[in-house]
Amino acid sequence: MNSKVLFLICFCFVSILLLRSNAPMFSQEQADREASLQAFEKIAEVLRSPRCLNCHPSDDVPRVGDDSHKHLFGVVRGDADHNGPVQKCATCHQKENNTYTKIPGAPHWGLAPIGMGWQGLTDAQLGMILLDQEKNGGRSPEDLVKHMSEDALVKWAWDPGEGRTVPPIPFEEFKQILQTWLSNGAHVPE
Amino acid sequence: MKIKFKINGKAVELDVDPETPLLWVVRDELKLKATKYGCGRSMCGACSLHIDGDLFRSCSYPVKYAEGKEVTTLEGLSEDEEELHPVQQAWMEENVPQCGYCQPGFMMAAAKLIEEIDEPDTEDIKANISNICRCGTHPRIIKAIKRAAQIKQAKTSSL
Repeated sequence: MNSKVLFLICFCFVSILLLRSNAPMFSQEQADREASLQAFEKIAEVLRSPRCLNCHPSDDVPRVGDDSHKHLFGVVRGDADHNGPVQKCATCHQKENNTYTKIPGAPHWGLAPIGMGWQGLTDAQLGMILLDQEKNGGRSPEDLVKHMSEDALVKWAWDPGEGRTVPPIPFEEFKQILQTWLSNGAHVPE
Repeated sequence: MKIKFKINGKAVELDVDPETPLLWVVRDELKLKATKYGCGRSMCGACSLHIDGDLFRSCSYPVKYAEGKEVTTLEGLSEDEEELHPVQQAWMEENVPQCGYCQPGFMMAAAKLIEEIDEPDTEDIKANISNICRCGTHPRIIKAIKRAAQIKQAKTSSL
């Protein structure tokens, strides 16, 4: 074996060693990102539930029911996302579900701002909007997780009253998924 | 459970089930019969009344939420017993009711409307009042609301 061949073999061996020594750091970052993206995929499934989407329309009309049909009686967004100056959301919707009239209710019942309309969005578009602090009410990823874990109107989705399905993932599991998404970097698809 | 609130300016204290719809407290406990039971699903608006100045469907409003608030029904719409509210005057001028059952709810909605919009046009009225009248008096209701707005403005400017 001549010296050039020997040098090439040694060079390759050392290169492989060096690459292997760097690999774990690169893999961890990738693994975190992957874990976060996987978590986001599940979060998006929940956000596309009629319980969430119906009050996050991309237009000015709230949606109703598991088939997300338009709200009857001419109900619209209004200037402050709570219908018009005469008939407001609270004209009919109180702070809790009404077992007598079957009208759903939760604190601060109303629409999300128009900037947070989610209808027809891909996961990437949904992620981009969620993280856009100009649209999400100035919320950091930590604030978003807190909102989705603690807000009474969000939590209502898992206790929506008779005749309404709940989101596809149980609430406690959803909270863990939110933490996984956050602790692994709060990544969203590009 | 004891619940205190004001009804048409008068303080009341009632021992009632807190989940009872305010509609039934108003009608059966307080004997104020203007507010009507229509659909019982918050759709028709016959049970509309005001709470702290806002419009509510009393059939789907548990009385517990009225604690400490001011409830106004059609009987208390006019602040002065000697003078009708502009909506009441206009309703008489335009001979609005047919059977009359839904009219108190419409009138409470109309009173709120002219508070919010000084000169409502037909579209304003249609967009902001979703009450239902099975007799089909809506054209007269629209005329009366416009007339009520004029009466209110005339009263305000004469003060």
